[in-house]
Amino acid sequence: MLAYLRPAVVLLALMVALTGIAYPLAITGVAQVALRGPANGSLIERNGTIVGSELIGQQFASERYFQPRPSATSAPDPKDSTKTVDVPYNAANSSGSNLGPTSKKLADRVKEDVDRVKAGGAALVPADAATASASGLDPHISPDTANLQVARVAKARGVPEAQLRALIVRETEGRLLGFLGEQRVNVLKLNIALEAPRS
Amino acid sequence: MTGIGWLQIALTFGLVLVCVKPLGLFMARVFNRERTFLTPALGAVENGFYRLSGIDAAKEQGWLAYTLAMLAFNAAGFVFLYALMRLQAVLPLNPQAFGAVAPDLAFNTATSFVTNTNWQSYGGETTMSHLVQMAGLTVQNFLSAATGIALAIALVRAFARSGAATVGNFWVDMTRSTLYILLPLSIVLALVFVITGMPQTLQGSVDATTLEGAKQTIALGPVASQEAIKQLGTNGGGFFNANAAHPFENPNAISNILSIWSMLLIAAALTYTFGRMVGDTRQGWALLAAMLTILIAAVAVAYWAEAKGNPILAALGLDPAGGNMEGKEVRFGVAMSALYAAVTTGLSCGCVNSMHDSFTPLGGLVPLLLIQLGEVLPGGVGSGLYGMLVFAILTVFVAGLMVGRTPEYLGKKIEAREMKLVILALLILPLAILGFTAAATQIPSALESLANAGPHGLSEILYAYSSAAGNNGSAFGGLTANTPWYNTTLGLGMMLGRFGYIVPIMALAGSLVGKTKLTSTAGTFPTHTALFVGLLVGVILIIAGLEYFPALALGPIVEHFLMLAGKTF
Repeated sequence: MLAYLRPAVVLLALMVALTGIAYPLAITGVAQVALRGPANGSLIERNGTIVGSELIGQQFASERYFQPRPSATSAPDPKDSTKTVDVPYNAANSSGSNLGPTSKKLADRVKEDVDRVKAGGAALVPADAATASASGLDPHISPDTANLQVARVAKARGVPEAQLRALIVRETEGRLLGFLGEQRVNVLKLNIALEAPRS
Repeated sequence: MTGIGWLQIALTFGLVLVCVKPLGLFMARVFNRERTFLTPALGAVENGFYRLSGIDAAKEQGWLAYTLAMLAFNAAGFVFLYALMRLQAVLPLNPQAFGAVAPDLAFNTATSFVTNTNWQSYGGETTMSHLVQMAGLTVQNFLSAATGIALAIALVRAFARSGAATVGNFWVDMTRSTLYILLPLSIVLALVFVITGMPQTLQGSVDATTLEGAKQTIALGPVASQEAIKQLGTNGGGFFNANAAHPFENPNAISNILSIWSMLLIAAALTYTFGRMVGDTRQGWALLAAMLTILIAAVAVAYWAEAKGNPILAALGLDPAGGNMEGKEVRFGVAMSALYAAVTTGLSCGCVNSMHDSFTPLGGLVPLLLIQLGEVLPGGVGSGLYGMLVFAILTVFVAGLMVGRTPEYLGKKIEAREMKLVILALLILPLAILGFTAAATQIPSALESLANAGPHGLSEILYAYSSAAGNNGSAFGGLTANTPWYNTTLGLGMMLGRFGYIVPIMALAGSLVGKTKLTSTAGTFPTHTALFVGLLVGVILIIAGLEYFPALALGPIVEHFLMLAGKTF
């Protein structure tokens, strides 16, 4: 067995140096020089402060903003670190709900969200509006889910609904080449567009 | 189901199929020790590695020496990774200042990455330092994949050679897999992944101030470099807890298609390498045809079940037209989530872009069953090919019994010794999966880990042990697996599923390589025809049905009918 020891240990050390150190550092080097934006998290800056990442969803509570999908992320309870508390869109701890199709907890949670969305006047609630995403950080909502919120946001901001609908059309990302991916609206970018000074 | 959904699925498979022949040919050259276009750049590195490690590259090994070398190398990898996690608190590149990983979790994780399982009882961004992610986990992503490829090639040589004593040199096959195949592909893919939006930085996190004035801490890291090899090596262990559902691990439709393509790529192309090395490429295409037949049927079932949605939620007023979106991302939708789920378990990847735990019962049955079929569709890099060859031998044996002839595969007589080894390998998985599942259902503390009650709870346990023993790594993630019981038993399941499976297969290779290759006659059962493909598909499905149907009936199947009846738990 000793005959196998030297090649096992030395080859492992060489592979660690090559694939564990040199490879990721080389990729980091190239990315940090040539692809700074995506390599650092596709961050969005506004007036000099980082307001978020284009790729990472955020919680919006105010009536003045479009709101994202429900999120199942959590964080350690500040009062008792052995427990966790619900913190939607915690981008330091991605997670889905992992509730199964016959879960009562899931049905109760969906009912609450469906009723909330329906209170805004919708007949049928789009599937993404009342379900939690896999990562808990989904940056997108479907165009239908965005349009359902137009009346509320228009009222809170005192702007015409037509203007918001036009904004949603502008911010809708289509399918690539017409068939790759799904139609979607980036909630953070839509809300930033809301804040943009009218030109 | 929509036409656009199917178009995306067809495009993904099409992109894989066009690469099968060129990559398969290239890999055949690599393992026949021929010159390739990368030799000028890498030949010196390769020889330097052999010299420093004291490896005589010209000397071949018999099956036992080959297996012992593999075990020694994997043991060294295990010890190194375990130590790295236990010591991460005092080592550099730990920007979030994470403490040492607990012993049971470190055991589980080290086993997991060495066996190409990449089961994760932890959340990456809240547990592991950058040093562990890079020098520990990324390294094993390369080496466990290279190990799988090397073993598959050894078995292929056993069929290709006639009356020989050796099956190759493990050190050489492993090194060449890493240097010529995995590393170059990873470098290109990692850079493309950064272009699609994946981060690649040594920074730990960045703080953002939202439009509403709240603070959001966004975890970052060297994601793209790990993601590339994680997909290519069918490892599946994510940088983040949410794996490839996390927008940083899979930002858009392009990265998603590339992810699926890259996990299928090597495993599919190895069937061509196999055909080439045994001198009849039709044999490779026949295996690939059987693999894709079952896989595409599985994609269709999962897509159908997820597109139909959950009637319990529809009754509450949720539009069923959107399908089951719980645990799915808007940018992928139902079609690409179902495709990903089937491919990641038809392979032994285990990366996920949606949460399998929240799939409908039949949608979730698909990934569970695909793991239990033995992950041969087309399976993990290397492990899929040797797993499929085991089924091919079983198929010619069954066919031989029907006509009363001694079965042959590729000119090698399949006799009692080979069949004993094949059956031994085949029985390891159900023993580990069903044995540990049964034990866990009897242990109260193990049941406390369940996130869901009713039959779905049983599915969570069954999925965990299937994933571990099958070396897959995906999960019904609601199960709290970071407990001493699950960390230990899942770790043992992974070891049994990997090494308990490999050792009989290597003994099989040793037995086959010594046999003289017979020329085929009119009485030989041809193994490149549609008839053989059909028989092979049938054997795979029947074996899994006999082993797992009772357990599946108590889990996802009964849950399906309860869901239709509107019952919740």
